[in-house]
Amino acid sequence: MVVKNNSNKCLYCGACVGVCPVSALMLKDVKLVVDESKCISCGACVKICPVGAMSLDKKK
Amino acid sequence: MVETVYDVIIAGAGPAGLYAGLELAKGKASVLILDRKQEIGCPKRCAEGLSLRWFNILGLKVDPAYAIQPIHGAALYSPDGKQVMMKNKEPQGYILERKIMEKHLAIDAVKKGAKILLKHQIISAERKNGVVELKVEVDGGIQTFKSKMIIACDGIDSLVARMLGLNTKNNLNDTDSGYQYEMTGISGYDENLLHLYFGTDIAPRGYVWIFPKRDGTANVGIGIGAYEEKTAKYYLDKWIQSQPKLRNGSIIEVNAGGIPVGGFLETMAADNLLVAGDAGHMVDPIHGGGIGIAMEGGRLAGAVALRAVKANDFTMKTLAPYSKEWFTLRGDELKRRLKSRHLLEQLSNDDFNYLAHSISMDEALKIGNGTLSKTEKAILFTKKLIQRPKLVKIMMKFF
Repeated sequence: MVVKNNSNKCLYCGACVGVCPVSALMLKDVKLVVDESKCISCGACVKICPVGAMSLDKKK
Repeated sequence: MVETVYDVIIAGAGPAGLYAGLELAKGKASVLILDRKQEIGCPKRCAEGLSLRWFNILGLKVDPAYAIQPIHGAALYSPDGKQVMMKNKEPQGYILERKIMEKHLAIDAVKKGAKILLKHQIISAERKNGVVELKVEVDGGIQTFKSKMIIACDGIDSLVARMLGLNTKNNLNDTDSGYQYEMTGISGYDENLLHLYFGTDIAPRGYVWIFPKRDGTANVGIGIGAYEEKTAKYYLDKWIQSQPKLRNGSIIEVNAGGIPVGGFLETMAADNLLVAGDAGHMVDPIHGGGIGIAMEGGRLAGAVALRAVKANDFTMKTLAPYSKEWFTLRGDELKRRLKSRHLLEQLSNDDFNYLAHSISMDEALKIGNGTLSKTEKAILFTKKLIQRPKLVKIMMKFF
């Protein structure tokens, strides 16, 4: 399981990056980059996201 | 070609970074400010209120170009709709047009000798022989920038400090989730006041705000605890729908952001590194405001960095005092406010309703202005609390 970013909902505010305990997220202007090798699926980014743009992708 | 090694590179051209840059440029240090975004001040993650006290502390001019709406006080609303108003004759602060204010700050910093580059994305930072080397994505390629030290003012999503070994991550419990619309074509509120709406159904662990920006236009936003199941957007949309004079307005800007409301960083310095602003968790834990605090923190970071430049020592020997200096200047006061925040978090809707109904206009004004004497405070609180044993219990726990 890794987190997924829905770019249609995302406002690129960076709240998720701020609470990611393993620095797996990086905001690049209008792009959120997820480093899947670092993500521990803790869900902190899902919780804080003001618009529900982050989700845990169960397929992986 | 001689390679440029800047004295200081600042990550982030927001309020903290620009104040740090201004301070360093004034002191004749060579300073470069990098920002990943394409425009200074955009998109804002902020409700744009700044009290006069901060204008004074920061030596910031009340320029009508960006201080667009005078604010004379605040109206607080309890969950059952009772209004507590604190309104003064004279303005107590202003709502800013932040993108304009920050451009003014940027122009000032550049006039003094700072350099600013936008659309520069720092992707790595490393110390090499006492110098910090940044790899920066720019214009489709990667460039190297070098400086003797870094000031990280890159917001809640700061990674630069983490890259240099200082952990600036926020705990979920100490972070609020913020969402806001700049709306126009709305009415039904006094444009000279801030309006704050409380209640666990309206905004769990937070509040909804209207910060008027003149002429039927306002920042209408919400901050809630980050651990809430439903999103900040859900709560704000629901509340706006319940307000007949707001729900037909038009949205002219959508903003969001995480707000660090209480997990202060004990250490905000490392070799070749200082942290300021949201990146350093410099936010008021009660109302979540951080513009003034960030600018003051940035200015302090700039001053400490200047000492390092003058001493030509960028190690903790010169930089370590920064954390303590900031706590003395502001942090200790904010820590005390964090205690009050924890107290407020324990209030139920009934408690809020009770307080709103039992407080007089005169008392509210005095509380708002901070002009209550210690004795008056004691009498007021005893009077209110004696009828509400649960509040006494909460108070006893924290004071």
